[in-house]
Amino acid sequence: MNRPRADEEEYWHSSKCRAFTFDDEDDELCQLKESKRAVNSLRDIVDDEEDELEKVSWSGEPVGSISWSIKETASSSSTSPEGRDSSLQKGSSSNAALPKQVSSYSLSSLFKGRNKLPSLQSLSDALSDTGVKNYAPELRRPKAEYKDYSSDWSPKDTVRRMQRGKVCSLERFRSLQDKLVLLDEAVAGHDGNVITAVLIFLKRTLRREILFRELEVRQVALCHLIHFLKETGEQKMLLDLLRFLDRTEEVALSQYREHLNIQDVEKKREFLKGCIGLPFSPEDISHIQDHYTLLERQIIIEANDRRLETAGQSEIFQKYPRKASILNMPLVTTLFYSCFYHYTEAEGTFSSPTNLKKTFKIPDKQYVLTALAARAKLRAWEDVDALFTTKNWLGYTKKKAPIGFHRVVEILQRNNAPVQVLQEYVRLVEDVETRLNLATKYKCHDVVIDTYRDLKDRIQLMAYKCKVERGSAEEEKINSILNNTQIRWKN
Amino acid sequence: MASAARHDVPEPPDFDILKRLARDQLIYLLEQLPGRKDLFIEADLMSPLDRIANVSILKQHEVDKLYKVESRPALSTSDQLCFLVRPRVKTMKYIADIVNADKMSGRSRKYKIIFSPQKFYACEMVLEEEGVFGDVTCDEWSFYLLPLDEDIISMELPEFFRDYFLEGDHRWINSVARALQLLNSLYGPFSRAYGIGRCAKMCYELWRDLEEESEGDSQGRNPEIGSIFLMDRDTDYVTALCSQMVYEGLVDDTFRIKCGSVDFGPEVTSSDKSVKVLLNAQDKVFSQIRNEHFSSVFGFLSQKSRNLQAQYDRRRGMDIKQMKNFVSQELKGLKQEHRLLSLHIGACESIMKKKTKQDFQEMIKAEHSLLEGFDIRESTSFIEEHIDRLSPRRCPPSRACLNPKDYRSLKTQYLQSYGPEHLLTFHNLKRIGLLTEQAAGETLTAVESRVSKLVTDRAAGKITDAFNSLARKSNFRAISKKLGLIPRLDGEYDLKVPRDMAYVFSGAYTPLSCKIIEQVLERRGWQGLEEVLRLLGGPEFSEAALSVPRPAGCRFIFLTTAVTSSGRLMEAMAEPRS
Repeated sequence: MNRPRADEEEYWHSSKCRAFTFDDEDDELCQLKESKRAVNSLRDIVDDEEDELEKVSWSGEPVGSISWSIKETASSSSTSPEGRDSSLQKGSSSNAALPKQVSSYSLSSLFKGRNKLPSLQSLSDALSDTGVKNYAPELRRPKAEYKDYSSDWSPKDTVRRMQRGKVCSLERFRSLQDKLVLLDEAVAGHDGNVITAVLIFLKRTLRREILFRELEVRQVALCHLIHFLKETGEQKMLLDLLRFLDRTEEVALSQYREHLNIQDVEKKREFLKGCIGLPFSPEDISHIQDHYTLLERQIIIEANDRRLETAGQSEIFQKYPRKASILNMPLVTTLFYSCFYHYTEAEGTFSSPTNLKKTFKIPDKQYVLTALAARAKLRAWEDVDALFTTKNWLGYTKKKAPIGFHRVVEILQRNNAPVQVLQEYVRLVEDVETRLNLATKYKCHDVVIDTYRDLKDRIQLMAYKCKVERGSAEEEKINSILNNTQIRWKN
Repeated sequence: MASAARHDVPEPPDFDILKRLARDQLIYLLEQLPGRKDLFIEADLMSPLDRIANVSILKQHEVDKLYKVESRPALSTSDQLCFLVRPRVKTMKYIADIVNADKMSGRSRKYKIIFSPQKFYACEMVLEEEGVFGDVTCDEWSFYLLPLDEDIISMELPEFFRDYFLEGDHRWINSVARALQLLNSLYGPFSRAYGIGRCAKMCYELWRDLEEESEGDSQGRNPEIGSIFLMDRDTDYVTALCSQMVYEGLVDDTFRIKCGSVDFGPEVTSSDKSVKVLLNAQDKVFSQIRNEHFSSVFGFLSQKSRNLQAQYDRRRGMDIKQMKNFVSQELKGLKQEHRLLSLHIGACESIMKKKTKQDFQEMIKAEHSLLEGFDIRESTSFIEEHIDRLSPRRCPPSRACLNPKDYRSLKTQYLQSYGPEHLLTFHNLKRIGLLTEQAAGETLTAVESRVSKLVTDRAAGKITDAFNSLARKSNFRAISKKLGLIPRLDGEYDLKVPRDMAYVFSGAYTPLSCKIIEQVLERRGWQGLEEVLRLLGGPEFSEAALSVPRPAGCRFIFLTTAVTSSGRLMEAMAEPRS
């Protein structure tokens, strides 16, 4: 452990950051574990009154919380009406156990008291017309309120009133110029809600082409209209607008976006097919094409595999039943799936990994990573082996990986590869420090021993002897190396 | 955020008033619909509502059953329906469908919509179009500000970011102005205002407008908040996109803090149930470690657990009376501390496990070198590899110099790994300026490249965005040099005794936004920062209404439209399915 740590420190030092690591075996985690043990040992002293503590509160608002209650309603509403009522009772009975919220109580009773007095009832009714939205009305009653009953507002005052949430008729803005002045005032007022309100009015009272033309020189208002059309789902007008503005790429993307809302895969496939001709940027066209091809493939694979699975004759599907359908999954997921279920298929079939690789021009690195993960998951170590073995023209085999072998080791380890398999790849890690680090971590003794021997590092080798089992083959190996007089130790 | 008290710093104002006001107004609004009623609540209003009220309060005001506003039809049998919603077109259609279905079946009920924080004309338009205008009554619940902690107030409007910065919609500016007005009336008057960014400026102007209209009775009061500083999110994306290194940030990354509380799952609680924990200054353990660099947290926790052990040990050798005292006075506190301690230790463990799995170290390394502008090639291939491996996590915001070829290949690999529909996400990132492709022939422009996870579920994965060259973004390097954001120092940066705010990113980077605020407050204005302003490109303003002496120390209170993180920013860029 000494070496890697020292090395890491050096690295962190050089990159100007201190040696803080998330390494598994770091002291800090030990410290943490220590603390955990200490705290857990206290548990039996503490646990006796836990229930009481739970209710009191420190954990937030557990029982009476609104989210909790809604979950209750949701779960009960699917059952019978009686069930619903009982859940209600459950809710209220647990509420009774909660501490009462005094402050709100007092205020609400204040309101209630007020309502009982007939003379004040009308007051509260009257209030609901104007001042309801202010909880501290005295702090924000506008100076200009007395003018409320006049109707001849200037564009500026109209905008101002609308900003304050007051109803205002826009019908008297009939000339184009009046409308535009109103719009410009709304934009100058910074309140998007009002800008949209004016736009709704203009949209209703102006021919499209006129509206579009005027908006072209009013970018802020234009953004509002586009957003409004997106939100209300007026796709046709949105596309007309974007076309008018010559934003062809956005036209294409907006149309493509609709596929997100199509549930049926066949319909989606048809839709995507139609998207291929849209004016995307040159680089995006290939992505759209790929999207279509991918879904097309997935539909074929899905139909085929579902049949195989239900027939129950395919061993792999019986052993590892599919957890979800492959439809609408990303390409890499599809590749993983195909490496998992269809690894040995010939390139001619749509579901074979090599076919996918070729069709979608998947880079080597990507392919190897995915295939490795899939085969390792199945513990098909020969396939893993084959994945990295290359033959040169003399017929010698050699291991090669487009990704670093340390990555290979990591993935294998995560899939619980046996030491014999792991060892083989740890040995191939080029960087000596990383190799030692990994070998030590995953107990590939042979690799550690050989590496120290190659480094002629007697001291480390002797230190390592303590880590291997007494009387094991590894210990013997270390001894024989240490006794080898031919090695010229560096220390 | 809340930090250990310093003596020259004023106490934070009492923000509980905000909660009480919101609660009282809600009660008032509920009473506008007298009698028993069912309440439908918009999903993203549930957590904020939980912070100010609870079921028993609602029941006291004759709320019968609670439902979530969702796409399924409502099963309510009540004669009065009340909807507590955000002003959204989609929600209006949902409500209109309910009303119209009732009409079809000849059923008559009362409907009330309570918009929070305000209603939009577009919503009323939908109600009108659907033919239900007049059948429903509308109200506004001005619940603008939710205090999440003693110094953090949130408007809980995550859609602000997308609406303004992506869509260019100004609809929330009025809400921000009103929030400022409320804050000013309760804790002001603000004597100084500074700001940077187009949006900040508009909010400020609209707020001033509102103030002018109202009869200011706040003059002459002693302000609890003296100065305000408004800043646009896009002034400083880099900080939000960097990997979190302090405890609170990592808890958020790992477990997602929602509305100031977090759900710790079984792996943290070491039992079979999850617990919801409120993370704020009241949590005595959390409040001491939240701002610490993660590396200092373990030491603190182990010290704390030793102390706890010692306190329990005191029981030995106590006589009956002492024991009685101990049980009645100290035991409860100790128990609580014990629970908190074991939760935070559990959380630390989970964070460690997750980060170890993710090559966090390598990622930080890549991120730092990209911030500094070194080893770009290597970092790009690091990002690439993580996209290839579908790692359910995010990679660094990188300042890479991506040529069009690199950009294209990263994009292709991203789409292959996380789904072709992210083509739309890329387009959005481009529009917002978080991602730019270096034009061919253009030499050395900094490009922020970043891979970030989109959502926690693995399928959605992460996103690459390469940021830059849009005039302002490419200036990051220049700004960073000008303000000294990347500390140049010899030797190690001691995280346990941080010398400046760069410690939050392990000493590799000082948050730009914080640096700007520091500079402006020191100069009491923008003088001398002209060069930086030119690089940032946003309009700035500063105004002093009153001349007040410079305070000895200041306390910062954060008001945000929504608490964000790199994950959340990236999620906001994905196209939603409707």
